[in-house]
Formats: sequence, structure tokens, C-alpha cells
Amino acid sequence: MTMALDTPRPALTDLVGKTLSRRRRWKLGEVVFWGLTAAAPFMLPRGMLLLNEVAILALFALSLDLILGFAGIVSLGHAAFLGAGAYAAGLFALHVNADPLTGLVVAVLAAALLGFLTSFLVLRGTDLTRLMVTLGVALLLFELANSFSTITGGADGLQGISMGPLLGLFPFDLQGRTAYLYSLSVLFVLFLAARRMMASPFGLSLRAIRDNPLRASATGVAINGRIVMVYTIAAAYAGAAGALMAQTTQFVSLDVLEFHRSADLMLVVIIGGAGWLYGGIIGAILFKVLQDAISLATPQYWQFWIGLLLVVFVLGGREILHDLLARSRAALAKRISRRAP
Amino acid sequence: MTAPALQTIGLVKRFGGIVATNDVSLTIERGARHALIGPNGAGKTTLVNQLTGVLKPSEGRILLEGRDITTAKPEARVRLGMSRTFQINQLFQSMTALDMLLLVLCEQRNLGLKLWQKLDKSGDLAREAAAIAERFRLDDVIGEPIATLPYGKQRQLEIAAAFAARPRVLLLDEPAAGVPEAERRDLLATVADLPADVSVLLIEHDMDLVFRFATRITVLVNGTVITEGTPAAIATDPAVRAAYLGESLDA
Repeated sequence: MTMALDTPRPALTDLVGKTLSRRRRWKLGEVVFWGLTAAAPFMLPRGMLLLNEVAILALFALSLDLILGFAGIVSLGHAAFLGAGAYAAGLFALHVNADPLTGLVVAVLAAALLGFLTSFLVLRGTDLTRLMVTLGVALLLFELANSFSTITGGADGLQGISMGPLLGLFPFDLQGRTAYLYSLSVLFVLFLAARRMMASPFGLSLRAIRDNPLRASATGVAINGRIVMVYTIAAAYAGAAGALMAQTTQFVSLDVLEFHRSADLMLVVIIGGAGWLYGGIIGAILFKVLQDAISLATPQYWQFWIGLLLVVFVLGGREILHDLLARSRAALAKRISRRAP
Repeated sequence: MTAPALQTIGLVKRFGGIVATNDVSLTIERGARHALIGPNGAGKTTLVNQLTGVLKPSEGRILLEGRDITTAKPEARVRLGMSRTFQINQLFQSMTALDMLLLVLCEQRNLGLKLWQKLDKSGDLAREAAAIAERFRLDDVIGEPIATLPYGKQRQLEIAAAFAARPRVLLLDEPAAGVPEAERRDLLATVADLPADVSVLLIEHDMDLVFRFATRITVLVNGTVITEGTPAAIATDPAVRAAYLGESLDA
């Protein structure tokens, strides 16, 4: 009896193995989505500057999703890492080297270091204390950047950044084509890494911490270490977004550290849905496109309309949208499977 | 090593002026089927929370196989070979039953910081998850979200998750609590089928389960151990009867 209990039915082992490998496999929708983002320069040659902003916001949102959606850490100060990356990249380009990729690495390391150091502040406490602590860190950083104006340029920003060509081959053009493809590539590579990490035992343990910290530690998860790790990774991601912003606009101002960056980001992740990696990207697309469309239509009052839309959306529109998406996906799958045999 | 599986020496826990655990010295032998019983409010869960590291004792020591774990963190105790279930389900609501078992198995193998590891390429993880699911009669619901499982299955998963950590000492905190009659038999059978080399401390209200399962019983009243013995001795002990009838002990 006991022997039999330890050797499961082969069919069950098989089912478990298949479930695991199927989960990791790329879905058709994912392939189509990334294909579309790569084809965008041909479809929307005039929209490159906006698309570049979308890609950067998407990366920034992906960063927040890692801590909010997976580990359940709320933050109202994620701009701290965006700003750290932006200033690091800007200063590096200004004073050391204008190569974009080297600058990107430097910015990522700088933001990761800041993330590591501040991660110890979010280890303890409830959602509310975490909101306050992250907000406080971002405010601190903003005032530091403001007062050390000899380094940061203060309110005038870092001026005179001139980036070298990407890989030494592709100069940044005024249409933003190089910028978009650069940002998209970085987003894609970091997305791949996030997808892999969140499907690993590490990713599983983050979801455990989010769901039930008491049980997580009772199953052997050393919670603090995991939080430090994911917070540092997320900060690195946000730093990369900041670097892309600094390099593709060749300008950094205090605006990257402003509170609205962090607050908007929270909305972006909530719009797209937290905890499935695509939420931040979809949210970024919707947010930016809406912002762009509305500010074109009513330049003075765009904040009013976006505010209204967000309230409606968060109060119920999100479920409707996700329901619509799920339904159209099911309909599409049905049509494809009907055609296949 | 001949040290007992789990031992407490003069354990005391005070909350302000209230003494919730009063000088409790308890010995769980290796391979034991030991039950801890006591009326409501006797301090059973407080004791479990100290054993597992959720609460810090005010005084006394806790030894796991002779090793002092009084100040060890909960996750460290799991690594040292002791895991627990919870009286009130503490499950990962957004996961499937399979995910939860995998998580425990991964942690048991120290894979928790492997950021790059693929779950389906981690040796016999799938086989072991399947084996545990089968043992705890979860094979028919393994891929389903935990939140949608019937209560009895959730209770099974509580034990399965603790068992997946490969403990040498297993603390079962009221495993049968609230389980409807129809699902009870499965649960009792899985508890009875636990491997003999795992020492079990069962904290339970359900006397039927206690007397069927335990070979040794400790009775806790108002935070104090009033007696310990075989089920037969406990069943006839007047002090125990008095405690359960709510009478004063010296009446």
C-alpha cells in the first residue's frame, strides 16, 4: 500500500509534466502581439515617437508588475528608480561615454543598487506603510536631485546630452525610428527574462508570498530574501526604462522623479491587470493612446477626460474589457480549430 | 542520535498578564502518533505557534531531534524537518493545487532562488507532485484553482502541502475541523496512511479521530499539561473528564 502511494500512476505524472511544459510554451496571441510591435515602424511610420514613449512606459509598468502583480508589494514611489536610471544614463552620456548600450548597463546597475538598498524598507509592514515608505523615498530623491543642481541641472534639467549611434551603426533619427526599435528591443529582451523568471521556482515563491505570507514561511520560503531580490530586479527594470527615456529624448529633467510618474504607473498596471506580465504593456498602450487622442481633441482638459475614463474603467470597465478580450479569443480559437481539420 | 523527535522544556508564553502556555514540557518520541487535546482556549494553537516559530516563547526551550530551535525562524524549522498544517486553511488562493505542491517541493530542494530554472525541467518534480496528489486523493483536482476546490479537498491539500516538505515531524492542527461527513472518511484514511517514520503531533478536538489515531495523548488545560498517557488511561482519567465537562479540577 505504502509502496504504491509513492509511485503514482504514469498517466498522472504525464499529465503534470504536460501541464508544466504547456504553460511555458508561447501562445499564438503572444507571437502575434510581438510580431505587430516589430512591424509597427512599417505600419505607423509617423507614430514612432509616440510608440517609443509607449514602449518605455510599458517597460516601466512591467517593472511595477513584477513587485505589485507577483510579490504583492504596492508602491507609490516607483519613479525613484526611473529617475535614478534616467539621471545615471544622462550623466554617463554627458561626462563619460555616449554609447547607448554602455549607458544602459550603467543606469540599470545604478537603479538596481538603489533598489537593493531601499528594499529593506519594504520588508516589513502593511500595504499602507509600504505606500508611504516608497512615496517617501521618491520624494527624497526628487528633492536631492533638485538641490544638487550643479550635478543634475536642477529645474533646468540635464542639457546637452548627445547620444552616439546605437551599436556604433544606427544614429538616433528625428522620426524616432531608431529610438523605437531600440526601446522595443530592450523591452522585449527584458520581457523574455521576466517571463522566464516568473515561471521559475522563484516566481512561484513570489506568488506564494503575495497570496499568503504566513503559509509561505511555513513551507520554507525565506520571505525577506525573495523580496529583496524581486525589488532589486524591478528597480533594475525601471532603471532601464529611465535610461531609454534619457537616451532617446537626450534630455533628463526633474519630471522623471515627479509623483505623477508613480501614480500614472499604478493606473497603467491596474488598467492592464496586474500579475500576468502583459498587463503593464497593454495598460501602457491604452494609457498613452488615450492620453494622446484626448490631448489632441481638448488640449486644456485632457486630464479631466482621462480622469473620468479611469474612474469608469476601474469601477467596472476593466472586467467588461477583459471579458470582451476573452470572448473574442475564444471565438477566434473556435474559428481556427474549425478550419484546421 | 536517540534524542526525541520533538521536545519542549519548561515552555512559557505570556501575553501581558495572561499565561497562555504554562511551563509545558512535552516529548514526542520518534515515529510517535501523539495527540494534544484540551478544551477550547486551552492554549493548543498558541503552543503550535511556538513550536513552528510564529510566536516566540517567553521562557523555555524547544528541541527538534536534540537541536535547539527556540529562536529559529519558521522557514528554518521547515528546512530542519518540521512542518505543519493550519487549523484554518492557509492556502495560496490564486494557485492551482499543483502549483502549491510544486512550490513546496521546490523549496524543499532549495530551488527557491533559481531564477532561471524551468519547472518542467527540474528532475522528478512532476513525478513527485503526482505521487503526493495521489496519496492525498487530489489527483482528480490537481489542475484546478485552489479557490474552487471543495472544503474537504482543501483540507487534504493543507496536509499534502505540509507533507510535501518531507518533514520528519509533522504537526497537524485540527485537520478534521469543519470537514463534512461525506469527505471525512477520505481525510481520516490519509491521516492514518502517513508513513510510520514521520513523527506526528495531532492537535484535535475530534475525540473520534484522536482515539483512533493516537498511541499517546497529552491533555492541556488552561495552558498547563494536566496529564499524559495512553488513550486507555486518558479515557478513564477523572481529571480529564472534569476538564471536558467544564468542572473545576479539584471539585
